[in-house]
Amino acid sequence: MNVVIPKESRPGERRVAGTPETIARLKKLGFEVLVESQAGAGASFNDDDYVAAGATVVVDPRELWSQGDIVLKVQPPEPHPTLGVHEADLLRPGATLISFLWPGKNKELVERLAAAKVTAIAIDQVPRISRAQKMDALSSMANIAGYRSVIEAASFYGRFFTGQMTAAGRVPPAKVLVIGAGVAGLAAIGAARGLGAIVRAFDTRAAVRDQVKSMGAEFLEVRLEEEGEGGGGYAKEMSPAFIAAEMALFAAQAKDVDIIITTALIPNRPAPVLITEDMVKSMKKGSVIVDLAAENGGNCALTQPGSVVEQHGVHIIGYIDLPSRLAPTASVLYGNNLAYLLDDLGGAAKFHIDLDNEVVRNSLIVHEGTIVWPPPKKDLPPAPVKAAAPSSAPGVTPKPAKSGNAGLVLTVSLTTLALFALGFVAPPAFLSHLTVFALACIVGWQVVWNVTPALHTPLMSVTNAVSGIIVVGGMLTVSGLPASPAVLLGAAAILLASINIAGGFLVTQRMLRMFRR
Amino acid sequence: MPETVVTVAYLIAGVLFIFSLGGLAAQESARRGNLLGIAGMAIAIVATMLGPGVTSYTVLIAMLAIGGAIGAALAARVQMTAMPQLVALLHSFVGAAAVLVGFAVTLDPGMHVEGTGALIHRAETFIGIFVGAITFTGSVIAYGKLQGIIRSKPLLLPARHLLNLAAVGVCVALGLLFVAADGAAPVWPLIIQTVLACLLGIHLVMGIGGADMPVVVSMLNSYSGWAAAAAGFMLSNNLLIITGALVGSSGAILSYIMCAAMNRSFLSVILGGFGAEEGVAPAAGAIPAGEVRSITAAETAELLLNARRVIVIPGYGMAVAQAQYPVFDVTKLLRERGADVRFAIHPVAGRLPGHMNVLLAEARVPYDIVMEMEEINHDFPETDVAIVIGANDIVNPGALDDPSSPIFGMPILEVWKAKTCIVLKRGMASGYAGVENPLFYKDNTQMLFGDARKMIDAVLAELRQNTLSKSA
Repeated sequence: MNVVIPKESRPGERRVAGTPETIARLKKLGFEVLVESQAGAGASFNDDDYVAAGATVVVDPRELWSQGDIVLKVQPPEPHPTLGVHEADLLRPGATLISFLWPGKNKELVERLAAAKVTAIAIDQVPRISRAQKMDALSSMANIAGYRSVIEAASFYGRFFTGQMTAAGRVPPAKVLVIGAGVAGLAAIGAARGLGAIVRAFDTRAAVRDQVKSMGAEFLEVRLEEEGEGGGGYAKEMSPAFIAAEMALFAAQAKDVDIIITTALIPNRPAPVLITEDMVKSMKKGSVIVDLAAENGGNCALTQPGSVVEQHGVHIIGYIDLPSRLAPTASVLYGNNLAYLLDDLGGAAKFHIDLDNEVVRNSLIVHEGTIVWPPPKKDLPPAPVKAAAPSSAPGVTPKPAKSGNAGLVLTVSLTTLALFALGFVAPPAFLSHLTVFALACIVGWQVVWNVTPALHTPLMSVTNAVSGIIVVGGMLTVSGLPASPAVLLGAAAILLASINIAGGFLVTQRMLRMFRR
Repeated sequence: MPETVVTVAYLIAGVLFIFSLGGLAAQESARRGNLLGIAGMAIAIVATMLGPGVTSYTVLIAMLAIGGAIGAALAARVQMTAMPQLVALLHSFVGAAAVLVGFAVTLDPGMHVEGTGALIHRAETFIGIFVGAITFTGSVIAYGKLQGIIRSKPLLLPARHLLNLAAVGVCVALGLLFVAADGAAPVWPLIIQTVLACLLGIHLVMGIGGADMPVVVSMLNSYSGWAAAAAGFMLSNNLLIITGALVGSSGAILSYIMCAAMNRSFLSVILGGFGAEEGVAPAAGAIPAGEVRSITAAETAELLLNARRVIVIPGYGMAVAQAQYPVFDVTKLLRERGADVRFAIHPVAGRLPGHMNVLLAEARVPYDIVMEMEEINHDFPETDVAIVIGANDIVNPGALDDPSSPIFGMPILEVWKAKTCIVLKRGMASGYAGVENPLFYKDNTQMLFGDARKMIDAVLAELRQNTLSKSA
């Protein structure tokens, strides 16, 4: 089966749907791989690298497309720049196309693909379930976008990220606010922390608080009870009261921070405007805003999708091609996502579109010329990581709390009575021994509770040794008539007890010597 | 040396023993504690020898020398993984010695007591022999199981509780006969009850499975103490009573801690047959949702190189594979690279309380990075990689959230809260409790299948290669 990887035709797109590394994986799955000449040039892979990885390089795009059983692309098909044909029409009937398709806003393209009698899978529609994580290209690309957003911010920001104390004076660290702690937001937090900035993050979903904190950022909250967890691991739209509180928070933060990175998206809606023109005005001169939601309209009122503008002394970066600006890494990760998807589809030998496969069903847009999107509604919870039951869960060390007191009173009174009864009949010598015994038990109880659990094994061996004190019993009986039964038994007792004494103390000493800082 | 001076010597020895156990409260004072114990023992033995009760020395000194030599040889040779066996063996000696002393006292004409005193004295002797005999055979069986001479699966005779009860009943009857007999004490009830108690000891421990051994060994530790205390009563010797009580409490506390760590009652452990009692196969077929992902040694090494915080969770499997040495080499390498590597010890990991700590100490792991469960459990969310080596039930999340699980309620190490959790295991077999472990199916869990020692060696080799290539 042939997998073909054409050169991306959108201007400025540097990514490629397969790298020499990911092609090796495809070869392992049994596919023949054909790559258009110069397809990887934007991502620093040349044709020789592909040939070395086992691919065939094809110069003529028309020839390449016509040989494809499976076509892997990054961007959705569009009119071909040199051939004057739409790429969808280059696909041969019965072929399978896998790429970003955004079927929600590309209705016309979907119809065109159906007319071409092909099968089309949108990698952007892979469901967010744990099994499909390795095929989740949106997350791969969001991760890269988040990282790159910090790098872009740094190049427009005229100061250090990290605070420094130099001979020439103190430089304060940059303050970064990340809005939206999804995959991109978390990657941005990590990158900004890595550069040494003070990072704050905001998200409507309380569940991400721990993730934010674990990345080393401060988690900002509004004082209002509302949970923003929507379906599919995305945020939902919030109530007006919440939004007002949220905007007040952003307004206050805007005056303080140097860099704002916004990643707020709500599925199938224009991006919410979170940073107003007034907020931009209030920011320090030289500040930077990176708007990762630019493609969907932008989280900042002044964002120009696709370009950088300077307004009120603030650079507002609205790039929509951030992953493409890290083309080699983005291509490798995207290529891996595709390879995993092809593996899930059965590899070359057993390749088939399984409509019962949840991943396939959700991302399948056109099936052999029929539009099958959107898939029949089946509620797919994103398996949110529910906080594990608190360790004080019911059932842990169950103790009958109520009957305990009554039982205790009963035990104590019975024991006391029994002891008094004993006092009437027992000889004084026995009672003095009993006193010693009882007190020694209590002392032992107190002392042993203080022993650190790490030393429980030495505790056992040292008690082995001291219980060898029973040697005294043997010694007191061994002085009778020579060779009498009592003497023989006593001698045997001494022998055993002294093994304990020597063995116990020495092995304890040996163990304790091993414990070191 | 007059009797009073001997008493004072015993008092000093008793206090020294208490300080000896007290010293174990911290690693810094532990060695001094052990030396105090040795001093106490020396004082007690010398005082007894010079006291009025002892007149002939040849047999005594010969026995002390031979026993001491055997003990020293055992202590010098024992492998740290074999500590549980040694401890069990030493318990059995105390039990046997208590039985021997009991018989010697009964047969010794010089030890005759009259009146109510005689009744109590006989009762003391009888109880001392009973406890001693159970300790003796129980410990021998525990030794056999730990050493692998006897298979560790619990032996469950039909009507086993009834058998035990009958044995105890007969012993009580014999005891009444022995105590109430006129004139010189008859020896035959003692002999019969010794045999019965020996059988009881065997039966009790035979019914207990491998992973419950920490409780059994602690329990026998406790019994050996009570046996010594009983011997003290029969000999009217306060030092024996004090020491026996100390050891008895110590064992009782350890048993309690072990039971609490398994969320099981002491009785249910002692009466044996974990899991088998329920009759139903526990949670069979209830395979948790999700996918098992396996990982290679090279990938493990890469994860570790990128981790800033690592927690290692050792279990009995690490001890079996003797993997503690390469584990420490890995630890050392990662720590030198600036990572924070610590160990998390569950109270019932291993076959003896504190067993893992000793094994790690033997591999030269510094004790200040070896943490108890309570100390470290809340640190897992901030941990990059948690590596579970040869442990299963102590990291089973089912104990927290699945009320149908047989181990529900057992406190466990919450390893899945770490960003990545690597489980090193031979295969997918379930643990001692026979429960499926949902941990293996969690999204952030990766399985590294293979022999613990070989896999850790492989990881170590990868790590070394990686760090070399980086510095070159």
